[in-house]
Amino acid sequence: MAVADSHDTAHDDHHDHGEFIAHHFDSPEQQFDSGKLGIWIFLVTEVLFFSGLFVAYTLWRNHHPEVFEQAHVFLDKILGGLNTVVLLFSSLTMALAVRSAQLGKNKQCSLYLLITMVCAAMFLGVKAVEYSHKWDMGIFVRSQFDYTGGHDTSGLFGLSPYLIQLCAIPALLLVGCLVAAVIGKLTNKALFGSFMIGMTITVAGFFLGAGSGVVYMSATGGGTGGSHASHVSETQPLMLHAMTASEDEDHDHGEEHAHDDHDHADDHSHEHADGESHEALDGDHHGDAHAMDHGPDPSKFDKDIGTFFSIYYCMTGLHAIHIIGGIIALAWLYWRSLAAHWRPDYFGPVDFVGLYWHLVDLIWIYLFPLLYLIE
Amino acid sequence: MAAHNVPIGPMGRQKYEVEIMSSEAIRNTFGTPETHFLNHEKGWKSWAFTLDHKRIGIMYLIGVTIALILAGVFALVLRTHLWSFDGTGPVKLTNAQYNQMFTLHGAIMVFAFIIPSVPAALGNIVLPMMLGAKDVAFPRMNLASFYLWIAGTGCLLFAILAGHGLDTGWTFYTPYSIETETGVIYATFGAFILGFSSIFTGLNFLVTVNTMRAKGQTWFKLPLFLWSLYATSIIQVLATPVLGITLLMLIAEKTMHIGIFDPKYGGDPVLFQHFFWFYSHPAVYIMILPAMGVISELISVYSQKKIFGYSFIAFSSIAIALLGFLVWGHHMFTSGQSQVVTLIFSAITFTVAIPSAVKVFNWLATLYKGSILLSTPMCFALSFIFLFGIGGLTGLFLGALSTDIHLHDTYFVVAHFHFVMVGGTLTALLGGVFHWWPKIFGRMYNDFLGRVSCFLVFTGFNLTFFPQFVMGARGMPRRYATYDPEFQIFHQYSTIGAFVLGIGIVMAYAVLVYAAFRGPRCGSNPFRAASLEWQSSSPPDFHNFTHKIAMCDPYDYDSQVYDEELDTYVHRELAQPSKPVEAEPQPAAN
Amino acid sequence: MNWQIPTLFGQTETAKTVLERVQETTLPGTTVPASSIERPETGVSYWFPEQASTFAKGVDDLYMFIFWVSTVFFIAIVVAMVYLCLKYRRRGKEIVVEPSSSHNTNLEIAWSVLPSILLVPMFWWGATGYFDSRIPAEDAEEILVTASRYNWLFTYPDGDSSSELHLVRDKPVTLKMQSNDVLHSMYVPAFRQKMDIVPGRYTYAFMVPTKLGQYRLACTEYCGEGHSKMRTLCEVHIDDQDRKENTQWIESEHAPWENGERIYKIHCSGCHRIDGQAATGPALNLTWNREGKTHTGEAFKADDNYILESIWYPAAKVVEGYGPVSKMNSFKGILSQDQVNHVIAYLKHLQDPNAANAPADEPTDTEPVAGEKSTEEETETEA
Repeated sequence: MAVADSHDTAHDDHHDHGEFIAHHFDSPEQQFDSGKLGIWIFLVTEVLFFSGLFVAYTLWRNHHPEVFEQAHVFLDKILGGLNTVVLLFSSLTMALAVRSAQLGKNKQCSLYLLITMVCAAMFLGVKAVEYSHKWDMGIFVRSQFDYTGGHDTSGLFGLSPYLIQLCAIPALLLVGCLVAAVIGKLTNKALFGSFMIGMTITVAGFFLGAGSGVVYMSATGGGTGGSHASHVSETQPLMLHAMTASEDEDHDHGEEHAHDDHDHADDHSHEHADGESHEALDGDHHGDAHAMDHGPDPSKFDKDIGTFFSIYYCMTGLHAIHIIGGIIALAWLYWRSLAAHWRPDYFGPVDFVGLYWHLVDLIWIYLFPLLYLIE
Repeated sequence: MAAHNVPIGPMGRQKYEVEIMSSEAIRNTFGTPETHFLNHEKGWKSWAFTLDHKRIGIMYLIGVTIALILAGVFALVLRTHLWSFDGTGPVKLTNAQYNQMFTLHGAIMVFAFIIPSVPAALGNIVLPMMLGAKDVAFPRMNLASFYLWIAGTGCLLFAILAGHGLDTGWTFYTPYSIETETGVIYATFGAFILGFSSIFTGLNFLVTVNTMRAKGQTWFKLPLFLWSLYATSIIQVLATPVLGITLLMLIAEKTMHIGIFDPKYGGDPVLFQHFFWFYSHPAVYIMILPAMGVISELISVYSQKKIFGYSFIAFSSIAIALLGFLVWGHHMFTSGQSQVVTLIFSAITFTVAIPSAVKVFNWLATLYKGSILLSTPMCFALSFIFLFGIGGLTGLFLGALSTDIHLHDTYFVVAHFHFVMVGGTLTALLGGVFHWWPKIFGRMYNDFLGRVSCFLVFTGFNLTFFPQFVMGARGMPRRYATYDPEFQIFHQYSTIGAFVLGIGIVMAYAVLVYAAFRGPRCGSNPFRAASLEWQSSSPPDFHNFTHKIAMCDPYDYDSQVYDEELDTYVHRELAQPSKPVEAEPQPAAN
Repeated sequence: MNWQIPTLFGQTETAKTVLERVQETTLPGTTVPASSIERPETGVSYWFPEQASTFAKGVDDLYMFIFWVSTVFFIAIVVAMVYLCLKYRRRGKEIVVEPSSSHNTNLEIAWSVLPSILLVPMFWWGATGYFDSRIPAEDAEEILVTASRYNWLFTYPDGDSSSELHLVRDKPVTLKMQSNDVLHSMYVPAFRQKMDIVPGRYTYAFMVPTKLGQYRLACTEYCGEGHSKMRTLCEVHIDDQDRKENTQWIESEHAPWENGERIYKIHCSGCHRIDGQAATGPALNLTWNREGKTHTGEAFKADDNYILESIWYPAAKVVEGYGPVSKMNSFKGILSQDQVNHVIAYLKHLQDPNAANAPADEPTDTEPVAGEKSTEEETETEA
């Protein structure tokens, strides 16, 4: 009968040009309103998703404030601050991208989206430096926590082997995108080619972030985290054993140590498997770290600091996953911008992803002071 | 944000043109349509990649039924095992096998059956039609929700087949779940995925109800089923993410020992219980609220009377949804949480009783001076009131602190929540499926056999779970593979009842399946219902409505007139093709 | 056996048959034979076990109060429902609906508010009863409860310990509870008292037993394979001396295998049965001198050294079918080598009871000797 008529032809393939209105909507406004409400509800679920970790953080900090005060010195405020600035800037460019899309300026929009993606990748690069630096020192989650004070620089070019592992996938992506971009240009697939160039630049952003992190680290000899912590450990004797006394877990210690030894062994075999040279490493890995840059005296720290890092890795890790998800969504928008899909009456996706991106930034704005700026 | 107001092309709001239906059109729409959503496309791909909410709903219905059968078989196995107090009954399970049985029964029933049953299966089919919409707001997300359900259930099954089963109980309490070698990681990951399936459905429904209502379909003209689905969706969206992060943390704890929940590393196992019940208590309302919505529809339609106290029922749904977030601690009265907290949770728990009672009273008042047809859906609805009455009232024993200390983790609790979950939700699901079955398939079921199945379900259910109240009060702990001999007689009643219940459910499904293929054809509205979905053809068109909707109050039964030629009821504005229809549908006066 | 079993339809043949069967056999694997529970007939109601603590009556009274309120409401609802359905049921095809109001705000407010008033006393009564059972008397003695899969260990203020809970009538007691592994929950139905036992912290349960007798004590928080076996007895004695006779154990006054049996009850019975049936671990009556294979296929013979190794280092040689990872915790530091000797004696005794002089005696015939304590609980409680 008569109703379905014209809408049947306007099917909802977003990669078509023309009208991007799904068959079941009466009007573009209805579609936009639905999408807007949908993304807001989705953001609510995201907030609640993180809320579990924030509650865990709050409870732990209430029960063991000392752990948090002593542990945060391992986090580098400068690197964290750099990441905060990068993300805030990306929020700005995202907002500009939304504005361009609303005005139908697709080229401008794609440029802003590209900057946003580069910032996101930079953030991950800096994060990779931070993570690998901690892993070098044996700062893992609670059960694997094995802080030795040493700092492993046995990898290529004196870099941490962990950092090299973290960079492996982006490096592959970089090469892949570059090759795809060249192929796109050669085969005259202009859209694909431009898209891949953008993605290459994005992945390069990761190395920009990682590179600045490494340069900063080597310039300051391990970053402010280490030096600051040394300072604290001299002036404020740590009393972590007192704090654990309430936990009634003495009977576990024997078992735990056995467990840790086991992990220790694992670490080593793992490193050997990497095929790197380890002659120098074994020495400082066991605490004889005078020759290397190193953090606070390990003997002053209890394993319970590991719980702080459990929470730290959970929160920042989950946040990083959201950043990666954001980059994927941004890449999709980037493609559609290059294809000039946005019009004043159709720009919903940019708006929606923009909201998501602002939320991801906002979560970092909370994480940064909660984790890095504890005093 | 002014830009999006620019009008484009032919897509104005004026979709439903003024239109006078020819008598042929009426016959095709309200009699037996030639093409409808079941046959407009054929082949498995047209189902697997469909974006049609009705087809997705049917696939969901099939899926949850399979889950029901699977978990039901587990239930029968463990009930048979419990025939004898020392485990020497007809089915002999080792303790480990018994633990796996009750865990899988619970986990599959809760995560893969009850939570998606009414909202995702029935709600998907009915919700857009009740709104007068063509589909839900995000059809792709709807399909994704179904495939996430498949993936999540698959993970649960994978835990059984490859992960050495699962023996933690469906609650995954730490630290046992961290220590056991069974497939906790697969199962929690499965539950995590099922959580996202549930979030997608809830998000979709919220947006759909907000933005997809047809012109003239105001909030207070929504059928009460939609109010309850809306309340349910709020819970799904707000509570499920917390379960998601909890399960992720559990997986991290199990693989890396992050020390949040594991007491060996300074973690707090009670924190897990708080997180878990922050989701899982509201989840209880995800299970029961849509069921209450179904009952509101059934009671009204089969009494042919406007539901009594519409706004009280509507707002009681919302009240239950909100209060449901504040009572999770009543699962933990004996867990070692602080006594003040316990006191507060007990007080709030009692307040939940009020909106639930309001609904029951309103249903009874609806019956008053009605024209009550005791057909199969109505029999299920009346069973619901009976069983939910017991389930709800026994909640008082568990809300009161001192009695809960005695009854907690005994069979009393088992009986209580089965009265609500099975006596409530499953009964309502069956009633709703019977009610909307002719709408979905355009064929009528055998009412007598339907009522027999209802009788079997009702009798079997009571026989199964009533003795468990007595056992529980006398101190029979739950999750026991072997037990004290003095309880054996109750277990034996219970086991017999379980089989009667099982036969009843199988019979109900047999009646339905037979009707779907071989039942006599029926018109678009055989029950003289007034909500919008009955204005579509049976089975509905792919786009739900092929004509202008005559907007009216969902409980205004006088608006439906009998058409002898078609042997069905038709809205009076649509039944008279000669009479011009106004462009703007007027709200029916009430 | 004077067991009164109230059932749904009164005393039945089935229940009697079951009882007779129970009298002959014990519940294997549990620390207590089911038939040993002698319970006074008085105080057993249709809904409840006997009331044996100060607050039990309050719980039961509240239960019955809610029960009758609920019953009145429920019957009213069902009667109204049935009456309305019969009176207004549709006769024939004609639909006749008498006009009636579809809402009545006053009525609805009334039936929302009035029942809520009944909820207030339920809440209040429940809360006061709760605090009665949670706030200990100041002079309460403290008994340490150690729960581990799937055994109970009760350590008394005088240092004695037992696998059953022994209390003194009218003497307030606080159970200070700890778990060695996972969550457990201490439940004595006759006391209407229940409290979870959480690893990594202490929880407390308070009670004043008021009636002599033996009562069931069970774990109600699911704890694993042997959860349903984690049951024992709670016995209420007339005075401290009577209790002392039941809890005191002087090793030198018992044959080695009797000492071993006691260790078995406290530490082993949760996982190992002595009736030849496999449970979480292998049956112990078939263990001594047994030749078998480990899960890796290595042959072993259960001799002295094997037993010692299996108790101290359970992961070393796991019997085929119970591996690859042993579920047993190490008892190194908990059981001394002397105690292992007792266990070995008990294993030999299980294999051939004639090797020993007499059947198992409960420690009731020993004279109380002040100052002597058994040693195993000291090492246990350190943990």
